[in-house]
Amino acid sequence: MRPILMKGHERPLTFLKYNRDGDLLFSCAKDHNPTVWFADNGERLGTYRGHNGAVWCCDVSRDSTRLITGSADQTAKLWSVQAGTQLYSFNFDSPARAVDFAVGDTLAVITTDPFMELPSAIHVKRIARSPSEQTGESVLIIKGPQGRINRAVWGPLNKTIISAGEDAVIRIWDSETGKMLKESEKETGHKKTITSLSKSADGSHFISGSLDKSAKIWDTRSLALIKTYVTERPVNAVAMSPLLDHVVLGGGQDASAVTTTDHRAGKFEAKFFDKILQEEIGGVKGHFGPINALAFNPDGRSFSSGGEDGYVRLHHFDPDYFNIKI
Amino acid sequence: MAEVMSMEEIRTTASRLGIDLSEVDLDSIRLPPGEDFGIRSDDDDLNEEDPLEFDAGFGNIIVVDNLPVVPKEKFEKLEGVVRKIYSQIGAIKEDGLWMPVDPATQKTLGYCFIEYNTPQEAEIAKEKTNLYKLDRSHIFAVNLFDDIEKFMKVPDEWAPPETKPYTPGENLQHWLTDDKARDQFVIRAGSDTEVLWNDARHLKPEPVYKRSFWTESFVQWSPLGTYLATVHRQGAAVWGGATSFNRLMRYAHPQVKLIDFSPGERFLVTYSSHEPSNPRDTHRVVLNIFDVRTGKVMRDFKGSADEFAIGGTGGVAGVSWPVFRWGGGKDDKYFARIGKNVISVYETETFTLIDKKSLKAENVMDFNWSPTDPILSLYVPELGGGNQPARVSLVQIPSKVELRQKNLFSVSDCKMYWQSNGDYLAVKVDRYTKTKKSTYTGFELFRIKERDIPIEVLELENKNDKIIAFAWEPKGHRFAVIHGDSPRPDISFYSMRSTNNMGRVSKVATLKGKQANALYWSPAGRFVILAGLKGFNGQLEFFNVDELETMATAEHFMATDIEWDPTGRYVATSVTSVHEMENGFNIWSFNGKLLYRILKDHFFQFLWRPRPPSFLSPEKEEEIAKNLKKYSKKYEAEDQDVSMLLSEQDREKRKMLKDEWERWVSEWKRLHEEEKLERQRLRDGEASDEEEEYEAKEVEVEELLDISEEVLSFEFGQE
Repeated sequence: MRPILMKGHERPLTFLKYNRDGDLLFSCAKDHNPTVWFADNGERLGTYRGHNGAVWCCDVSRDSTRLITGSADQTAKLWSVQAGTQLYSFNFDSPARAVDFAVGDTLAVITTDPFMELPSAIHVKRIARSPSEQTGESVLIIKGPQGRINRAVWGPLNKTIISAGEDAVIRIWDSETGKMLKESEKETGHKKTITSLSKSADGSHFISGSLDKSAKIWDTRSLALIKTYVTERPVNAVAMSPLLDHVVLGGGQDASAVTTTDHRAGKFEAKFFDKILQEEIGGVKGHFGPINALAFNPDGRSFSSGGEDGYVRLHHFDPDYFNIKI
Repeated sequence: MAEVMSMEEIRTTASRLGIDLSEVDLDSIRLPPGEDFGIRSDDDDLNEEDPLEFDAGFGNIIVVDNLPVVPKEKFEKLEGVVRKIYSQIGAIKEDGLWMPVDPATQKTLGYCFIEYNTPQEAEIAKEKTNLYKLDRSHIFAVNLFDDIEKFMKVPDEWAPPETKPYTPGENLQHWLTDDKARDQFVIRAGSDTEVLWNDARHLKPEPVYKRSFWTESFVQWSPLGTYLATVHRQGAAVWGGATSFNRLMRYAHPQVKLIDFSPGERFLVTYSSHEPSNPRDTHRVVLNIFDVRTGKVMRDFKGSADEFAIGGTGGVAGVSWPVFRWGGGKDDKYFARIGKNVISVYETETFTLIDKKSLKAENVMDFNWSPTDPILSLYVPELGGGNQPARVSLVQIPSKVELRQKNLFSVSDCKMYWQSNGDYLAVKVDRYTKTKKSTYTGFELFRIKERDIPIEVLELENKNDKIIAFAWEPKGHRFAVIHGDSPRPDISFYSMRSTNNMGRVSKVATLKGKQANALYWSPAGRFVILAGLKGFNGQLEFFNVDELETMATAEHFMATDIEWDPTGRYVATSVTSVHEMENGFNIWSFNGKLLYRILKDHFFQFLWRPRPPSFLSPEKEEEIAKNLKKYSKKYEAEDQDVSMLLSEQDREKRKMLKDEWERWVSEWKRLHEEEKLERQRLRDGEASDEEEEYEAKEVEVEELLDISEEVLSFEFGQE
């Protein structure tokens, strides 16, 4: 089917997220306004206004009532999904990047960038049932990794936090004590900045994408490396199909080098791989710049990609996609 | 630069620091590019006796002998003369001139020592002033101080050289006996150099030998494929052998930049250029010709870069490479180089000029050898403002007889192309139009093997077409020309024979509007790749010239290099590190089917290992070609077996991967189940994700957005 081209952002996309029901799609971009769309037809529902910097990441609660966003304006904000109003703002001393709600939506993890001598950090915040009771206090602050932490997500039963970032190492932390439990090994791990990380639907494994032109699947509990997918381009975004054994990698040549070569040199394609055989199945073209964000609809029947070109492309799969044999 | 450590020191240091050396993966250590921390490559012993590398030695001191013996009063005058002579060559060190005096007679002893700042200056001083005539009875004998010691060591009695017992060498041609008849190639990517089999049946390369930091700049096969040459700071080395690649010989030549084998791989020419000690001078050039097998220097050439930079353009530091061009086919009998108004032809019996004279050719611009015969073709441009026409002549060596000559008028440039069997020579002539503002191109075609060497003139149908590329069919009688103006030039094929007349050139076909700027004939002829490199992004068209049909069109995006394997069965296209992206190579079958694709970052070189010419007689080859069915049966059966095996292996591998994945999934399911209650608790009792079958309920929600009341007035009876 023809992709639906969603033009609402004025700057490069940074993140995409579907709610659990798969009817809403949240997009973040370097313009300051996270936007919500109908996931079916790409109609824009509204924007969340209040940030004063690029928005890097968002997460939506299980019941689709709350949205949390992390922004370069040194805040992470809680929003009412329905009304679009800001409920609370967590203020930091450095830009916020990754955000993730825990199971049960009573906790959230927020990472902050290294900034003016401050090292990067992972903050755990309690999310109150009612916005009026919300406080900015951190339950836990983890410091240690060098450079930016590009993603942090909760492990099974909220017992662990998985982080990955510029130092190319994936770490698992104890979410109670803040102790590091495991880290990926030099030989098997990524060689360059990890740009993205996405959990499977049941949270049992996750995929990481890196500028070393590869993506890897890891076991969430043991951090065992399960699969590696090699591509020709730096990987900026990864997603796993919840329905079929497919993974999608998005990326492309570094945005700063795009204009210097032929447009085909960029390979701004979303590449589909067979999850088990690690072989490339196909690609979806369309973007004019590197792909920065990818997300699968929880029903596995559509996916969306967000690019440096400022567009979100919403793809509903054709029927023959579901019968691909390799 | 750090001190070079011995392994012993490393071990002690490691134990002091508490590092278990066996835990350290030495291969994982990467030095930053351009920095070696003083760790020399393991080919270091290559040139330990290198006289130029002395740091604290006496390499920079020369001894000048045969000076006049003078009394005390004349001492200063003599010193002044010597100083004057030697300070022209380089700066003499302070107190660097020492003329010893006999304490008894107060007379000088007839020699002196001069110390320069660098060994290079001393070397030049030796070269320039040895045998310098100060006057009739005083002819300087200049030597390096280090050499004096060497001379002293020469024993007075001649001892017969020891005859070493014969040790059988390895079969250096072993790779040709591969029972699958595969070809090898070498690739260089990052710091690794790797030799691989092209296993087209299995659609992947099979490793033969791999080594990190094998070479410091590039690798090169010898023309018959026997050796692989590597280039190092201290010199060049060749490698080969039956099963692995062992070092067979080393050729000491400090700072070697370029190397070149003679076509029969008997000799190796190495080249280096050195920064001049005086910035006004040009670079100094050193060329050595080694015997490949013995490693002995057969002859060396030294001089300033200017002497080697005549004719031709480009190359490294102004020298057009190769400086020496080898002639006389695979026998390596002659080599020649172009000089000012001369071509110097040497023969390899004695490594001297033929007849002790160079071949005089006023203003000669370019020359080429016939690939098979000792015949030179040379091009001399117009002289005297057009009074004397430009000319192309063929000269027989060693007789230096001019076999044929052709005068050409209003020529701007000439290029000579020999056909690989030496049957034909095509000369591409760019001529000025009448206005002298533009040029047009024609061809002069020489039939070397025919009586009196007839010449034919060929002009393209459209005379003004630019010639983009020209190429002879190897071993054939056809050639291809890309002509016309970009972006879509035409390609024409010509044959030196026409259907009824063997002695006339005829056009075979013209292909219109092709995206191509380079021609790559299969070494077996018949097939040609019309390639669009650079601006055309790597368009490839595989063309069969016998049938005049396109077999396939393909693209290797950004491709920079194309090379046929020596048998003409496969083609490699590669993207080398001139581009940042896409580095790697593709292997195609001769008819344009992509067989496999390998990506390698920092990809520098792809070279097929050449094969020596076949021993089969032409009759036998023809016989094989006729009964190809009979011979190919065996291979077809093998192919089938392999493809069966491959699909079997593939199936098994897939099954294994699937099973492994299933195990993971079942494990995850089990854990997920275990954690179910816990998860429910975290969610305040709400059922977990997957067990809850949620159904879509249609809920109508009415929301009162706004209520406003308005009074509408009705007025009747207006009409």
